[in-house]
Amino acid sequence: MKFALFTGCVAKGATRELMMSTIKVAEGLDIEFVEMKSAACCGAGVIQEKNPLLTDAVNARSFAIAEEQNLDLVTICSTCQGNLKKSEQKIECNEEYKDKINHVLKDGGHQFEGGRIQIQHFANILLTDEAKKRLKEKVVRPLTGLKTAAFYGCYILRPSEFSPFDKPDDPTELEEIFEICGATPVDYESRTKCCGFPIIMMNKKASLDMAGNALADAVDSGADVIVTGCPLCHLNLDSYQPEAEALRKRDATIPILHLPQLVGLALGYSPRELGMDSHIVTPSVLEKIIGPAPAGSSHH
Amino acid sequence: MTTFRIKRFNPEKQPDPYWEEIDYDIPDGATLLDCLNDIKWTMDGTLSYRMSCRSAICGSCGMKANGHALLACQRQAEHLIKEGTDSITIEPMGNMPVVKDLVVDMEPFWDKVNQVKPFLKEEGERPEKERRQSPAEFKLIDDASTCIMCGCCYSDCNTLEVDKNFLGPAALAKAQRFVQDSRDTATNERIRELSESGGIWDCTHCAECVERCPKPAKPMDRIKEMMGVAIEEGVTNNNGARHALSFVKSVKHSGRVNENTLPLESMGYFNVKGLMELVPVGLRMLLKGKIPPIIHKNIDDVEDVRRIFRELGE
Repeated sequence: MKFALFTGCVAKGATRELMMSTIKVAEGLDIEFVEMKSAACCGAGVIQEKNPLLTDAVNARSFAIAEEQNLDLVTICSTCQGNLKKSEQKIECNEEYKDKINHVLKDGGHQFEGGRIQIQHFANILLTDEAKKRLKEKVVRPLTGLKTAAFYGCYILRPSEFSPFDKPDDPTELEEIFEICGATPVDYESRTKCCGFPIIMMNKKASLDMAGNALADAVDSGADVIVTGCPLCHLNLDSYQPEAEALRKRDATIPILHLPQLVGLALGYSPRELGMDSHIVTPSVLEKIIGPAPAGSSHH
Repeated sequence: MTTFRIKRFNPEKQPDPYWEEIDYDIPDGATLLDCLNDIKWTMDGTLSYRMSCRSAICGSCGMKANGHALLACQRQAEHLIKEGTDSITIEPMGNMPVVKDLVVDMEPFWDKVNQVKPFLKEEGERPEKERRQSPAEFKLIDDASTCIMCGCCYSDCNTLEVDKNFLGPAALAKAQRFVQDSRDTATNERIRELSESGGIWDCTHCAECVERCPKPAKPMDRIKEMMGVAIEEGVTNNNGARHALSFVKSVKHSGRVNENTLPLESMGYFNVKGLMELVPVGLRMLLKGKIPPIIHKNIDDVEDVRRIFRELGE
C-alpha cells in the first residue's frame, strides 16, 4: 500500500501532532506515504472567495503531481479532502475548463490528465479490505470501554456529491474504525455539524457556540473522547475549548483526538509518541484504558 | 409496515411537543407527502402540515425527515426509511418557531428576505422596451433565480442555530440575484450592507444549505460569489475580507497558509480589541508548543505556484 500524502497546511503547522501520529500509524500498518512536498494549499474554500479558477488550477497541479508518481492521493484533513474533490470534479466534467487549466500548468511542466488517481481521506484508506485486515491483526491494545464520539467535519460530508463516504447524512465510517480499534462508538446529533472554525475570526461568539454545543452534546451522550478527521475541527474543539461557553456551563472538559491518534493508541503507541502532550485538553481519561503512562516510555 | 415517528404539537392543548408513532404501509412509489396526506385523510385529520403543488415547485411542504430538511413531495417515502430500522422520523423545520405540528412560523425567514431589498434598483430613464441581458449576464443570476423559498436551507443552517442575527442562506442567495444582476445599479451599496455583521462573512461554510436545497440555488455557492464581488468592489474593511486577502497572499508567497500571520491580518493590525481576543488562545497554544514555527517554510518548487498565481491575476 503506497500513497501520495497530501499533508495540508495545518498538519505541518498548528496540529503537528496530526502529522506525527499519521506517520506512526502508517509505520504500524506498513503503509508507505510519499509526502507531496511540492503540493500547495487546497485553498480551504477561502482562495475560492477571491479567485475560483486559481483554486482549481493550484489543485489540478497537485493532482498532476500525484499522477506523475502514479499514486492515489491521500488527505488527512476533511477540509483538504472536500476542496480537492470539488476542484477535481469541476475540472473532470468540463473538458474546456480542463484545457484552460492545463494551459496554465504547462509552463511548470505539469499536466492533469484526470481519471487516473483517486483522492481519498485517510479514513477511507483504513477501511479498505487490506488495511482493515492489517489493523485487525495489529491491534495490540484494544480500546475496550472507551466511549468514542466521531466528529466528521463538514467538508468530508457536504456537498454529498463530493463526499468519499457512502451516506454523508448518516455516515458510519469513523465509527467502523473505532470498533476495529475496540472502542465503543457514541451516537450524538452534532457529529455531522459544523465546528464553527471557519468564522472564528469573523463571529467568534457564534463560532464558539457551535463548538460548545457540539462538545456539550458529546459529553451529554456519555462520550469519553471526541475523534475527528479534520485538524481545523481539532483547533476549534480543542484549542478553543476553554472558551466554549456551553461546555463550561457543564463544568466538563472532553479530550479531542485526531483519527490517527486513536488508531495509534490501539496499535500500542504511547500518547506521547502520538503527540497528545501538545493538546490543550489533556487526554487523562485515556488512563482508564491504557493505564498511567510512565514518562517517556514507548509501548512499541 | 413502517413506523412514522411524527413530532406533534398543539400549543393550545399541550405545553410541550410529543412524539406520535403511526404504523403505515407505504404504497409503491408514494412520496412522503402522499403518505402524510393518506394518514391525514384516512387516519388522523388533526395532523397539520403545509402542502400545495405536490411537484416540488411551490416550496410549501418543507419539513425534517430523519433530522434533515427536505420537501416531502420530492422524496419517495421508502427511500427515507432509516437503515437498520423500519421507521422515518418526521419533525417541523428548524430555526423557526412551531405553529402546530409540522407547520412553522416563517415570519423570520421572510423578514430577512425583505432585509436584502429583493427588488431591482435602476437609475435613469426606463427604456421603451425591456432591459436586455446577454446569456452570460443571465447565467450569473440563473441559479439563485431557481429558489422557491421553501426554507429548507434556513431550517438546517448551522450559523442560524447559534446566531439569529444571521441573514441566512435563502436571503443571501436572493441578495446575490440582485448584486450580480447586470441591470441593477446598487451593487456597491448592497455589498457594503451585506458585508456587515449577520451578512456574507458570517457564513460558516458547512454546506448544509447546499445539501438541503431542492433546486440548483445552492446558497453557499452564491454567498462565495458575493465574497468575490465584495473584494472586487474594495469593500474589505472587515475580518472576513481581510482573512481572504491574507490567505491568498500567504499561499502565493509560500504555497501554504501562514497560521501565524493569518489571524493577525484577519483582525487587522490596528484592531486592538480584535488582537486582544487572540491572546488567550495564543498563550494556550504557546504553552503547549502548538504555535506554528515562526520561520514559515515554503513548499518545494514554490516558484511554480507563484507563477500560477501571477498568471491568473494575483
